[in-house]
Amino acid sequence: MTHSSNLSRRRLLGAGLAAMTAAPLIGCANLGGGPSIGRVVIVGGGFGGATAARYLCLWGGNVDVTLVERNADFVSCPISNLVLGGHKQMSDITVSYAGLERMGVKRIQGDVVAIDPQAKEVRLADGRKLPYDRAIVSPGIDFMFDQVAGLATPAAQARFLHSWKAGAQTVALRRQLEAMPDGGVYALAIPKAPYRCPPGPYERACMVASYFKQYKPASKVLVLDANPEITSKKALFEKAFADHYKGILEYRANNELKQVDAATGIGKLEFDDVKADVFNVVPPQRAGDIARTAGLVNMNNRWVGVNWLTMESTAVPGIHVLGDATFSAPGMPKSGHMANQQAKVAAAAVIQLLKGQPVNATPVVMNTCYSFVTARDVIHVASVHQYDAGDKTFKTVPGSGGVSAAANQVEGRNALAWAANIWADMLAT
Amino acid sequence: MNHVSRLAAGLLVAAAPLVQAQNADLGRNLAATCANCHGTDGYARGDSKPLAGVSAEKIVAAFADFKSGAMPATIMHQISKGYTDEQIKAIAAYFAAQPAKK
Repeated sequence: MTHSSNLSRRRLLGAGLAAMTAAPLIGCANLGGGPSIGRVVIVGGGFGGATAARYLCLWGGNVDVTLVERNADFVSCPISNLVLGGHKQMSDITVSYAGLERMGVKRIQGDVVAIDPQAKEVRLADGRKLPYDRAIVSPGIDFMFDQVAGLATPAAQARFLHSWKAGAQTVALRRQLEAMPDGGVYALAIPKAPYRCPPGPYERACMVASYFKQYKPASKVLVLDANPEITSKKALFEKAFADHYKGILEYRANNELKQVDAATGIGKLEFDDVKADVFNVVPPQRAGDIARTAGLVNMNNRWVGVNWLTMESTAVPGIHVLGDATFSAPGMPKSGHMANQQAKVAAAAVIQLLKGQPVNATPVVMNTCYSFVTARDVIHVASVHQYDAGDKTFKTVPGSGGVSAAANQVEGRNALAWAANIWADMLAT
Repeated sequence: MNHVSRLAAGLLVAAAPLVQAQNADLGRNLAATCANCHGTDGYARGDSKPLAGVSAEKIVAAFADFKSGAMPATIMHQISKGYTDEQIKAIAAYFAAQPAKK
C-alpha cells in the first residue's frame, strides 16, 4: 500500500476522471449538477448505510449513490424493545426510504450475493451487476447459531427467537409474549460481549417485565447472562431491577446458554436446565454474511478491520465498512448511533478520495445510548472518541462521557427526540 | 470502464490516503457528530434544542458552562468534555452560519 508517486497518481487521476465524465448521470448527481465525481454503491440501509447515502448526497453534491437494501422499509432496533413491552407499535419504529430517494439516492430492494473488488462491481441475487468506484458495506450482524447446540435448525430458530434484528422477529416475539399465560416464564439468553447494542438485553428485560407487571403479574422474567456482570450501565440497571421489578425479574450472571431443545423448549446451561414458556435466545454474533462472502472478515474470524480515518477495509481496498460489523476500537460500542457517526467519517473520506483530495486527519465520533427501564424512565451512556494518529485508532477522551445520575423522565423525552432526530438524519425525512 | 482506467482505479485505491491536519470541512464534520440529537445541520426535531443559526458566542459559552458544571445538564456535561476548545469553536462557527429557518 505504498504506491503513491506523484507522477503515477496524476496519471491515474486523469484516467479516472476521463472515465467518470462519460458515465451517465444518476443518483445524487442529478441534483448536484455538473459531471459526477464517482459511483458509490452502498450495501445495507441500516443506521450506517442510510446515513452514508444521506451524507454523500449532502456533502458530495454530485456523487452517484446507489443503496441496496433487502427490506422495503427501515425498521429501527432502538425503540423496538418498547414494542415488545407494548408501549410502542411497529409503525412507530418503521421509516420509509422515500426521503433518500427524493435526495437522488437510487434505491434497489434486493440481496447482494457477491462483491468483486477487481471488477469493482456489486452483484445482486437477480443477476444485476452494479459497478462502483467505491463501495460502502454496512451489513450489520449475523448470528453464530452453531455456538448454541441445537439452535442451527429452522424449528429451533422459530421457537427460540432472537429478535435482535427489528422487524418480523419483533412482531413474532411480541405475539409469543401476548400468548403466554399469566404465571409463565420469559427467559432471555445474552451472549458474551461483544454483541450488538450492549445495554439492549437489559432494556429488553425491563420492557418485558413492565408488561408483565401491568398485565401478567404472576409471570417472571429470567435473565441468563453469559457475561460475568451486566455489560453496560450496571448500577443503573440493577437499581431498576430492584426498584421496579422485584419479584418479577431475576438476573443470573455467568449463565451461558449451551444447548437448546426445539421439541421441549428446554435450554441447557452448564449446571442447570431452564424451561421457559417464551425463550428468547440472542446468539453470539459476527459481521453480516456479505462481509464474509466479500472477504472482508479479518479479525478473530468474526469482524472487519478498518482504517479509522476512512472506514476502508484493511482486507479489501476500495470497500468501506460501517457499524456493528467492524472490529470496534477500544471503548466503542456496537450501536446504531456509532454506525451513523462512522458513516459520516466514511462519507467525508469517500468524497475526498473520489476527488483525489486529502482526508480529514482528525475525525471525531461520539455515542449516546438511551435505555428505557420503564415506559417513561430512561438512563443513558455517552462517550466521545477522538482519533489517535500514533495508535491509528479512536480513543475515548479521558474525563468525558458517562452515565445518567439516575433514571429519569426528562431523558425519557430526550430518548424519543434522539430517535426522531437520528431517523431524520439518516433517512432525510 | 475500459481496461486502462479500471487498472488505474485499482491502483488509486491501493495508495494510502493522503491526510490533512486542518481539513477545510472540519467544522462541518465535527458539527455532524451533534446531528443525532440536534438534527441534521442543527435543525432539531421534537424536544431537542435546535442549533442552526444560534450565534457562535452562545454555543461556545454553553459548552464552557456545561464543562464547568455552571449549566445543569442530563448529558451535555459529559459530552462537552470530549471536544477541545478549538473543535468547539469550529462547531459553533458551523451552526452559526446555518440559517435559523430552513
